[in-house]
Amino acid sequence: MADTKTGIGASVRRKEDLRFITGKGNYTDDINLKDQTVGYFLRSPHAHAKIKSINTAKARKMDGVVGIFTGEDVAKDKLGGLICGWMIHSKDGSPMKAGPHPVLALDKVRFVGDQVALVVAETKEQARAAAQAIVVSYDVLPHVVDVAKAMKSKANVHDVAPDNRVFNWSLGNEADTNAAFAKAAHVTSMDIVNNRLIPNAMEPRAAIGSYDTGTESYTLYTTSQNPHVARLVISAFHGLAPEHKLRVIAPDVGGGFGSKIFIYGEEVACVWASKFIGGRPIKWTGERSESFLCDAHGRDHVTKAELAMDANGKITGMRVHTKAAMGAYLSTFSAAVPTYLYGTLLSGQYNIPNIYVEVDAIYTNTAPVDAYRGAGRPEATYVVERLVETAARELKMDPAEFRRKNFVTSFPHQTPVIMMYDAGDYGAALDKALDMSDYKNFASRKAESAKNGKLRGVGFSAYIEACGIAPSAAVGSLGAGVGLWESAEVRVNPIGTVEILTGSHSHGQGHETTFAQLVSERLGVDINNVLIVHGDTDKVQMGMGTYGSRSGAVGMTAISKALDKIEAKAKKIAAAVMESSVNDVEFKDGTFTIKGTDKKMGFGEVALASYLGHKFNTSEIELGLKESAFHDPSNFVFPAGVHICEVEVDVDTGLTKIASYTAVDDFGNLINPMIVEGQVQGGVAQGIGQALLEGAVYDEDSGQLLTGSFMDYNMPRAANMPHIENFQLGFTCTPCPSNPLGMKGCGEAGAIAAPPAVINAITHALGVRDIAMPATPLTVWTAMQSMKIAAE
Amino acid sequence: MENFNYHRPATVLAAAAMLKKSKDGKYMGGGHTLLPTMKQGLAAPTDIIDLTAIKNFGGIKVSKSIVTIKAGTTHMEVAASKDIKKAIPALAEMAGKIGGVHVRHKGTIGGSIANADPAADYPSACLGLGATIETNKRKIEADKFFTGMFETALKAGEIITAVHFPIPKKSAHQKFPNPASRYALTGVFLSQDGKGKVRVGVTGAAASAFRATEIEAALTKDFSAKSASSVKIAAKGLMSDMHATAAYRAHLVSVLAGRAAAAAK
Repeated sequence: MADTKTGIGASVRRKEDLRFITGKGNYTDDINLKDQTVGYFLRSPHAHAKIKSINTAKARKMDGVVGIFTGEDVAKDKLGGLICGWMIHSKDGSPMKAGPHPVLALDKVRFVGDQVALVVAETKEQARAAAQAIVVSYDVLPHVVDVAKAMKSKANVHDVAPDNRVFNWSLGNEADTNAAFAKAAHVTSMDIVNNRLIPNAMEPRAAIGSYDTGTESYTLYTTSQNPHVARLVISAFHGLAPEHKLRVIAPDVGGGFGSKIFIYGEEVACVWASKFIGGRPIKWTGERSESFLCDAHGRDHVTKAELAMDANGKITGMRVHTKAAMGAYLSTFSAAVPTYLYGTLLSGQYNIPNIYVEVDAIYTNTAPVDAYRGAGRPEATYVVERLVETAARELKMDPAEFRRKNFVTSFPHQTPVIMMYDAGDYGAALDKALDMSDYKNFASRKAESAKNGKLRGVGFSAYIEACGIAPSAAVGSLGAGVGLWESAEVRVNPIGTVEILTGSHSHGQGHETTFAQLVSERLGVDINNVLIVHGDTDKVQMGMGTYGSRSGAVGMTAISKALDKIEAKAKKIAAAVMESSVNDVEFKDGTFTIKGTDKKMGFGEVALASYLGHKFNTSEIELGLKESAFHDPSNFVFPAGVHICEVEVDVDTGLTKIASYTAVDDFGNLINPMIVEGQVQGGVAQGIGQALLEGAVYDEDSGQLLTGSFMDYNMPRAANMPHIENFQLGFTCTPCPSNPLGMKGCGEAGAIAAPPAVINAITHALGVRDIAMPATPLTVWTAMQSMKIAAE
Repeated sequence: MENFNYHRPATVLAAAAMLKKSKDGKYMGGGHTLLPTMKQGLAAPTDIIDLTAIKNFGGIKVSKSIVTIKAGTTHMEVAASKDIKKAIPALAEMAGKIGGVHVRHKGTIGGSIANADPAADYPSACLGLGATIETNKRKIEADKFFTGMFETALKAGEIITAVHFPIPKKSAHQKFPNPASRYALTGVFLSQDGKGKVRVGVTGAAASAFRATEIEAALTKDFSAKSASSVKIAAKGLMSDMHATAAYRAHLVSVLAGRAAAAAK
């Protein structure tokens, strides 16, 4: 074992935080290149319109204007359009109907905020003034913003999809499921809405694109969670330049939550247009209002869901039909979210013999919808846990015991919807959560709340998620355009310090600390002597980036494999230098020893020896200490847990407060428990946000985004969280069998688990069957009015 | 934001003269409404006449029966004033709940009242306490001051110089914040004078701050939480938006008045 203070399992303080919290981070907007210009995007004021003409004559003559680019310029240069990298086929076998998605709008705009022109000027003020002087003549078309109405709307977002339906996908066995329902002793049926969310990472999206006229190569600095994927797409699909002539750098990135996975038109336009202004760099930093309008949104599902049970309260079947909004265009991974990241998780933690799910993906005249923290799994968990809770109430069973009765208890477990759960102990998490939340004394707390005019309720959420998103061959067969592996390179310097080059990308997750902890554990090197290099396609050869809680289970496993090779080679060198057999070399706590002797060498000494080549035969053992590895997982990983939420609803105003929140999670082995706790707390905060506060609202009549700023879009604040004393975290551990570290993933769990826990608690408090998210004071009060729950 | 001329006059007289001379000038106190609207391109004044450099424009004076707050006094100064805390504690409390710390250090009472945002807090205090608003031209009773959404009795070029609040026997402020913006979704400022007369000022519920006369009557008769909260306020004429329907706002007026009556001191 390494020094336990910095190895695996140690709650080491994050190495990167000092620079972040003292304003010394290096974000895209902090970078300024020589001769840099400023880009500004003119955007569509209409939800849906034909572009009749764009007159830029006056704008081009204005002070400071360097260039103006429109969709016609993009088309003339044959720059390819934005793509959706996951092909979904409808149940009739036809491929999804992907409409055109040009980098700058051509002929038509399809949502409020769609980018119409890029104006490049010396200053932002000049660029904005010129943009305002551009005259666009629009022919306004009918629009639709409501996913529930879009298939029958007059509005036609894309010609390829006359009924606005992108695909009609299904999973599971329909006939068997229908048979299970026909035989059911009880059926619980619900209409479930999963509200649209706007990610709002702290740092807005930004880009600096430049073209080197000497080397004829491009560089794009951008806020990306996966710079190599961005390079691949911009190179292979937009056709801007071959990969060796395109460098993508994602420096410090201030939060992503999924919204920075995708390749957006603005970033592509900036790097493309630089060539036409003599290679001068173009910087665009999104304003917050642009984040609201144009970053990919999350969720937005309307679902009919049914659960069948036998006379003993055993679940026998589940049937789900979902309408999933895709927005105006198919964003980079959008098609995967309501399908393979959603339908495959509908078994939850339960033994459900028959499941059938059908999903209509639908265009609307709104911002595109794509992965947002959890991506499909929160939507699945919300359906499952609302159904299960409601079924338990209808059967008059304790919701905890109803769940326990239906839990999967033996592993591996094959669900009817693709997934093979590898390990877990759901009952253990439930027991721990019941104990920590003092469930047995809920009634006395309820009575106490009632004395203060408050209705108290308790809600459960037993969630499961699939992270890692792999193996590559499996996702390829399901339509993924990429493999979902990860790469790592370990470079040991001659004095024994270590550089880790990883294809993962840290934008808040703490990789600089956790990845260094793995190195510290394995090589006995102090974490301060480990450098994590990421986010630059010229430094790291290839990688798939960070999303889907994959950087631990996939990214660190790649590092671990490369470390295996480092250790093996270092042993050979140590053996040669100490004139012993490699079989007698032992490596522990950073020291190589020879069995049965007092010979030893420190890791740093072996590193130095590896570069000197003085004391071993360099024709037998290659010089240097540098190894790389790719890791393709053999299965998804399956984090799971039980969250219990108690709420207090103010009878007078409908205001809901989280009285207590208990999260018990099984993430397998933890590298840094403190960082894991932070991830759970942050995820739960976002989940509480979805349940109580956040909801994107488009005006049906105008198609305008009504929640376009923090004045109307309610982001979670500290005061919306339970008091820290009532916000308890616990862990159970069944190590993941499919990776050597036994890790699962923790980044999304809170956002997946929390919404149904909160809504189950509110509906329990009010005695109503359902309440819409976000359960604002207005929504709750209105529900109480209609239920005639009077104050007195 | 468009370019504009920025002025920082030292006297009220000079400020008024500058506005008159300007093509489309605007006075500015803390600038918390004006600047955001300019940034969004919703306002583009040719001249900004910043009133905060006027000599002796701020300050607090408390006499036996009146609290006088000069127009340039910040919310923070009101919230922190020992004299106001003693004379009208609810007024200091209310000022301490406006916006965030940054807003309270820049925002002024004169600016807030002149702007007459339908969700601003001060208008409810002016009505709930029966304040008199003094300008460079005249004195205006609060009851006649707030005339509509962002509309007041102020004439072109007129500058608020001070607000005079009669000291009540007891008072209280209750605010139910808009979940997103934290402005008052509905706010109630209530007072009772030495003769038992009650005033209830309401903000956030309608286009303009108003007095809830039905609740005033009920409380004048029986000063209790129940007396206030059992008055049903008509939803007609109140605002409706995605955060609150008119019916919900009407309900909140009664609830908050009841809570204010219980908390009054």
